[in-house]
Amino acid sequence: MARSPGPLTRKFYAIARISWPGVVSALFLLLLIGATFTVLLIGSGPIRLINDLGKDPYLRQVVGFTLWQASLSTLLSIGMAIPVARAFARQPSFPGRRLVLQLLGLPVVTPVIVAVLGIIAVYGQSGILRDGLQLLGLSWSGRFYGLTGILVAHVFFNFPLSVRMLLPAWDRIPSENWRLASQLGMNSRQLFRWLEWPALTSVLPGTAAVVFLLCFSSFAVVLVLGGGPSATTIEVAIYQALRFEFDPPRAAALALGQLGICTALVLGLHHWIRAQSISRGLASGARYRPDADQSIHRSFDLAVIGLTSTFVALPLAAIVYAGCTGPLSSVLLDSRLWAAAGRSVGIALAAAAVALSLAAGLLVTSRHLVFQLRRRTESDVLQIAGSITLAVPPMVTGTGLFLLLLPLGIAFDLAVLVIILVNATLVLPYMMRTVGPAFLDAGHRYDRLCRQLGMSGWYRLRLADWPIIRRPLGFAVALCATLSVGDMGVAALFDTSGAITLPVLLYHRLGAYRFDEAAVTALALIVLCAVVFLVVDRGIGRWHS
Amino acid sequence: MAFLTLKNLRFRQGTWQFAIDAKIERNSCTAIIGPSGAGKSTLLSLIAGFERPERGAIFVDAEDITALAPALRPVTILFQENNLFAHLTLARNIGLGRHPGLQLSAEDKTRIEEAVAAVGLDGLEDRLPESVSGGERQRAALARCLCQDRAVLLLDEPFNSLDPALRHEMRSLVDRLRRERCLTVLLVSHNPEEAAEIADTALFMHGGQILERGNLEELLKRPRTSQLAHYLGQSRE
Repeated sequence: MARSPGPLTRKFYAIARISWPGVVSALFLLLLIGATFTVLLIGSGPIRLINDLGKDPYLRQVVGFTLWQASLSTLLSIGMAIPVARAFARQPSFPGRRLVLQLLGLPVVTPVIVAVLGIIAVYGQSGILRDGLQLLGLSWSGRFYGLTGILVAHVFFNFPLSVRMLLPAWDRIPSENWRLASQLGMNSRQLFRWLEWPALTSVLPGTAAVVFLLCFSSFAVVLVLGGGPSATTIEVAIYQALRFEFDPPRAAALALGQLGICTALVLGLHHWIRAQSISRGLASGARYRPDADQSIHRSFDLAVIGLTSTFVALPLAAIVYAGCTGPLSSVLLDSRLWAAAGRSVGIALAAAAVALSLAAGLLVTSRHLVFQLRRRTESDVLQIAGSITLAVPPMVTGTGLFLLLLPLGIAFDLAVLVIILVNATLVLPYMMRTVGPAFLDAGHRYDRLCRQLGMSGWYRLRLADWPIIRRPLGFAVALCATLSVGDMGVAALFDTSGAITLPVLLYHRLGAYRFDEAAVTALALIVLCAVVFLVVDRGIGRWHS
Repeated sequence: MAFLTLKNLRFRQGTWQFAIDAKIERNSCTAIIGPSGAGKSTLLSLIAGFERPERGAIFVDAEDITALAPALRPVTILFQENNLFAHLTLARNIGLGRHPGLQLSAEDKTRIEEAVAAVGLDGLEDRLPESVSGGERQRAALARCLCQDRAVLLLDEPFNSLDPALRHEMRSLVDRLRRERCLTVLLVSHNPEEAAEIADTALFMHGGQILERGNLEELLKRPRTSQLAHYLGQSRE
């Protein structure tokens, strides 16, 4: 007698039939990370790794400096962000508030290498700031390259980001509390102590954790501004070991170390990072509060906001100015620029598409699991899988793939493919966090209705989900493509021509001290980023079903 | 055999247990009453197919529907909220009752027009849900249920957020449609007096079980269990 499948087998098939997209995505990530880890482990030799990390003074110094600069950068960024966010919260309406907040969103999407160029032009050894100080009879003769430069750049990127991440905390303070505080006659300091600080503590750890991670695995900033072996981070050391010292075992050991520390950080800070949404964060700030209208506070707040805007706007303005007054025609007529720009855009769109496919698989299955099979744990696992690449920095994956492909002699032939793959994992967490909430919310609202009406697959996607996720999806893909256009890390690792992507081309012009050409190239890169962002965001965001 | 039979249904959520046996007659209107957490909505979810029972079976007209997907059951349901897609017009929302991808034949369109007329929404077909009143939204949802041509209509407190007069109006509408179209209606209600307007029989649920069943008026007047008396506020002072 033929045995019919038992209830357990049937249940398994039922789950497998609807879970495959998420399983495929998760397996892909697992395979990539597992392969990376294996290659690095074999490449370094475990014994050598322990010896290296324990005895080699250079390695100890690199790890120490990486942690030290990340801690200082985080402390400075957050320390500056709290008063500035408070100023924004205390002044919920002044002309240009929206514009200033949008300005604070720019550094995140500005290609690192471009911003670094602008920072050198303004705050560097012979920058505008020093000229200005000299006019006032002041002078400062410290070294800019090294820790100072790295800190300035990291603050430039992460301080505005922190402001936008902290600002929503003020929305969580109930308006009754403000009224109560004014009844009790609290002054500004007491308001901070009793109302604002408790609200801040819910977002502060997450913001600090994200900033620390970003600074910990910062590459381009340190590469350009580090200026020597005393100020080198692990990622830069990996790059140098592979490209200049031809020492794959050392690169593998360093990458393993970076992987280990990052994974430990993400696991340790997981609770806070998870709660922290990476979003636009354009909160309107507080409603009525007793100290908002006092003129001394208002002038103080506006001054703080003015200084912040200047700090962020100056480097960007300097690039645009230098670019516009530079040798436009000779740079723009260079075919290498256009070829690099073309490759950059191609890589960015492909990486965003790969990230989108991975995210779609994870999210579709995650939604299915939670709403139809009531398996919240499995659903959470899939969503965490989408953020796992936070724990595996792109440079580590890149190193793994480099060491895997190098012996086969095809590392540089497959450069573009590898960059696409690594950039996809780089932007995947952003994709998950931007599209995920909208997609799950659509499920929360309409899951039963869709099942009642028999809407599944394509029908459900087109009629129920697409109208809801269209805008966040457009934003997410645009953001991911823009970040990918501006990213340099892995592209630099795999570059052979000095012009594989536009950021790499810019880096080489910077390295050759051709600042005029570099400024024009930077301007071209900014324009490219803006065009990619606007076209993708509008293109998808306005595309009706 | 009764039209809708719930045979030895068992369901569990964490430590909360649910055990139901019930028979519902064709073309009847049954009110399901009981305190929050009694399992009223779970009962509707099981009948509609959103939850699968651990044991037991559900029959409609002698057909076992326990293993069927929600869309394949002879059952339709009106939720408390989110009955309509906010981004689709009323007509398209109603059309989804005919085809889940909105590929509508000429006959489908006639049926939609009929349903729109039956619930009194003529002229509002091309509006978005946000631009009509709460009562009109639930009317549209009801029209969609009618378009689905299902014998059993489940109402999960869909009229709760409406004003008293509108609630009354919606109940009359349901009552009329039930008689005209020979529907079997199950209605979860927090307000037994209001339910009595259209429901003849009632199930009183408590702790995942049916404690009392019978004529609604009778139950309200002479509760047999202390739980029902307590729920109705008639426990001994």
